[in-house]
Amino acid sequence: MLASPVLAPTWTALLYLVAAVCFILALKGLSSPKHARRGNLIGAFGAFVALVTVFLSSRLQNLPWIFGAMVVGAAIAAPVARRVKMTQMPQLVAMFNGVGGGAAGLVALLELPHAENAWLRVAIVFTLLVGAISFAGSGVTFAKLQELMTTRPVMFAGLPVLMGVVLVVAVGTAALVVATGSVGLAVVVLAVGLVAGVLLVLPVGGADVPIVISLLNAFTGLAVAASGLVLGNVLLVVAGTLVGASGTILTRLMAAAMGRSVSGIMFGAFKGGSTAG
Amino acid sequence: MDGVQLLTITVLAVFVGFEVVSKVSSILHTPLMSGANAIHGIILVGAITVAGQATDGWVLAVALLAVVLATANLVGGFVVTDRMLEMFRGRKAAGPDAGKDGTR
Repeated sequence: MLASPVLAPTWTALLYLVAAVCFILALKGLSSPKHARRGNLIGAFGAFVALVTVFLSSRLQNLPWIFGAMVVGAAIAAPVARRVKMTQMPQLVAMFNGVGGGAAGLVALLELPHAENAWLRVAIVFTLLVGAISFAGSGVTFAKLQELMTTRPVMFAGLPVLMGVVLVVAVGTAALVVATGSVGLAVVVLAVGLVAGVLLVLPVGGADVPIVISLLNAFTGLAVAASGLVLGNVLLVVAGTLVGASGTILTRLMAAAMGRSVSGIMFGAFKGGSTAG
Repeated sequence: MDGVQLLTITVLAVFVGFEVVSKVSSILHTPLMSGANAIHGIILVGAITVAGQATDGWVLAVALLAVVLATANLVGGFVVTDRMLEMFRGRKAAGPDAGKDGTR
């Protein structure tokens, strides 16, 4: 069926605006004890509006596959989220955050062949790197909180050097992808991002892990915003930026509430074990 | 939409993001983080767009993987946030592991 889209571009933009306002109201509601639950429902409503809009606004192929994939994702996540014990919620949030970052990275990877100019490729490599860091970093935080690995800070002698090397490789391959648009190299960028995510979270002690989850949450927001730039989708830009900005503030507030600084948490172990075990 | 317009929107969204959460009370830190986490699950819109334009088998496969992951983020995020907030009902300063008596 090749019918033209049901919604005109103006209506699409207006409905995305409704969704964006819902997300702002959701964050606002979640900040006050009285309205928190309603805020969350408003956010879910906004997401529903956005999903209806995307199906009505463009001529999509593979619809049965897409619906099937959505059913699979929901069927995995919803029961887990409903049944999880209160004490295990932080690691579940970390997991959901990680898969969101992974999704952003995959979307960016697939858009690379369609990127017409270098600026779009810059947004793509940013999404690849940050999405992969968030995915792998969240995986490590999950393992720490679930006690699949030690909750103590993991440090070894060569770690700062190794991180430096990874950083150089990341910037180098990212620059090559921007210059050439090679999909093969983009996969390398993803892989380097995964390594960077693991190395970034290893030195963080168990007590500080919730703050790192919040930081990675902000990272995923930024990755989503960048993927919005790549796709030319204003809603993704707004929603991703909102999460990136509010997540950054929230990370600082959480650290302050524990009497710690964000840089102390992330890099404290490098300076001689000032991170809490 | 041109780059400058997108930049304008992005910068304004940064300020909105800073402002809306600046006065959050500390007991709501975790639910707010979880709610924000659910919101970035909206990357699902991007994943659906890419999957809907895929013509190659492997592009479709990767895009569908992105759809599964993004749906898990979006649906799971909102559900787990709701569960967290359920615990706060009727007791404003409930600790993290006080959830048995669902007073209403």
